[in-house]
Amino acid sequence: MVSLLMQLYLPIAEVSVNAFLLLGLGGIVGVLSGMFGVGGGFLMTPLLFFIGIPPAVAVATEANQIVASSFSGVLAHLRRKTVDLKMGTVLLAGGLVGSAIGVQVFKILKEMGQVELLVTLCYVVFLGIVGGLMFIESLGTIRRARKPSTSPVARKHHNWVHGLPLKMRFRQSQLYISAIPVLLIGASVGVLAAIMGVGGGFIMVPAMIYILGMPTKVVVGTSLFQIIFVTGFTTLMHATQNYTVDAVLALLLLLGGVVGAQIGARLGVRLKAEQLRILLAIMVLAVCGKLAFDLIVQPGELYSLGPGGDH
Amino acid sequence: MVLLALAHPAWTEEVIGALSQNTVAITANFDGSEIFVFGAVKRDAPVPSDAGPLHVVITILGPSEPVVVRRKERTFGIWVNRDAVEVDEAPSFYAIATTGPLYEIMSNTARLRHRIGFDKVVRVVGAPDTISDPSSFTEAVVRIRQDNGLYSQQDGTIDLRDETLFATNVALPANLTEGVYRTRMFLLRDREVVHISETAITVRKEGLERWIYTTAHERPFLYGILSIAVALFAGWLASEVFRVLRR
Repeated sequence: MVSLLMQLYLPIAEVSVNAFLLLGLGGIVGVLSGMFGVGGGFLMTPLLFFIGIPPAVAVATEANQIVASSFSGVLAHLRRKTVDLKMGTVLLAGGLVGSAIGVQVFKILKEMGQVELLVTLCYVVFLGIVGGLMFIESLGTIRRARKPSTSPVARKHHNWVHGLPLKMRFRQSQLYISAIPVLLIGASVGVLAAIMGVGGGFIMVPAMIYILGMPTKVVVGTSLFQIIFVTGFTTLMHATQNYTVDAVLALLLLLGGVVGAQIGARLGVRLKAEQLRILLAIMVLAVCGKLAFDLIVQPGELYSLGPGGDH
Repeated sequence: MVLLALAHPAWTEEVIGALSQNTVAITANFDGSEIFVFGAVKRDAPVPSDAGPLHVVITILGPSEPVVVRRKERTFGIWVNRDAVEVDEAPSFYAIATTGPLYEIMSNTARLRHRIGFDKVVRVVGAPDTISDPSSFTEAVVRIRQDNGLYSQQDGTIDLRDETLFATNVALPANLTEGVYRTRMFLLRDREVVHISETAITVRKEGLERWIYTTAHERPFLYGILSIAVALFAGWLASEVFRVLRR
């Protein structure tokens, strides 16, 4: 009876997996999602490959799971009024355009037969840059904070972003900036999200902090808000075009995920912003390192099987 | 069969086989299955004293689909998929059970005619000229699927009693594809086939698994909307539950 409860056959992935393993994975990634405002897809998608879920199913189902954990997280943030809805909506407008472009790019790469490699390279490059920058910046801030003699550097310094036209007031973020960089960030995250099969929070969060100069407090909730819609759109695209959304897999992951996201959102309030950022940086760098390692070291099996009959 | 019977005019032998089950239902807790294959040899006269050794070979063949096999090569320091070969014929499942070493109890021509053995069922029809070693790609299919429990060759696992009754177990792994699994039982004398009994196992998803699978494929838009709705509901529910718990 115990074994009956643990092993579950996934109808779309067509593999049998341990139910508690999936609940646990969903829970851990959910905690990260609530804490950092990242969807967690950049961690979950490689983990699902690792436990034997076919990549196409993993990417599509992961998008569906992120809808749940982001929604759960955003509700917690809405109650604390740490979501800039106006900023989120402008980001989303860019994001949907970017996602549509990204899906086309993905299709072209697939026809070239190297989609897996390019997705991995995208991960290594972006995780490496984002993680490295965040790590250096957070370390610097923590060091400065320990020496009270030197005055802390103001984050809201005026950069090129403040010289652009089409200015809008974002009250929640205490910003009066042009809509152009916001739309551009939304769009480029949308493109990457579609290519890499993730929500894109791990790129959006640093972009909001370092390019737009948004306060860390509202960044997480606003990022989650935008991610719900982008991943919802992605889920629908995968369901109707590739039939790769596994409802049973998604349900298990999101049961763990929504609970984790709630815990994460509460943990996030207690930790200091700099501690949060350095933790996220370390995690991003760890995933980046693992992916790079797998590209460089000779794999145990050089051959791989894929569905044929395309040509 | 008529020709084979004429080759042994004095007496004839037939194999009568059966399975413990002809259908395999993939339900939510499906974690692989085991099929009991058994049968008997029917003959109209006693076995002549000069007759060669009697052997039985059982094969179960899953639905066949073309497979693209890619091989990685180190390029600029990283491992990249380079050569690819489309293997035109490769069963999704293939199990062989025998009463003795396959290559000793069955002649190569008999194996070729009835397509028995990994080398006879996994085939490339037209490999590109740029590939010097297409056989290493078909070998990779066999190796990877053996690791996944989809291909197996169990020499000597059939229990044959008094050249009359035989039985064996064949394991079906959890990662089965749906379809008709062709099951054949070969009766061999002097390394040649004297009779074949054929039956089929139907593997299909049942219950909730069936419903999810058909909805996903036949009404994908509804399925996508439902998936998102479930996700939003679960997110809301967790948020509410935690709000109550915090009070």
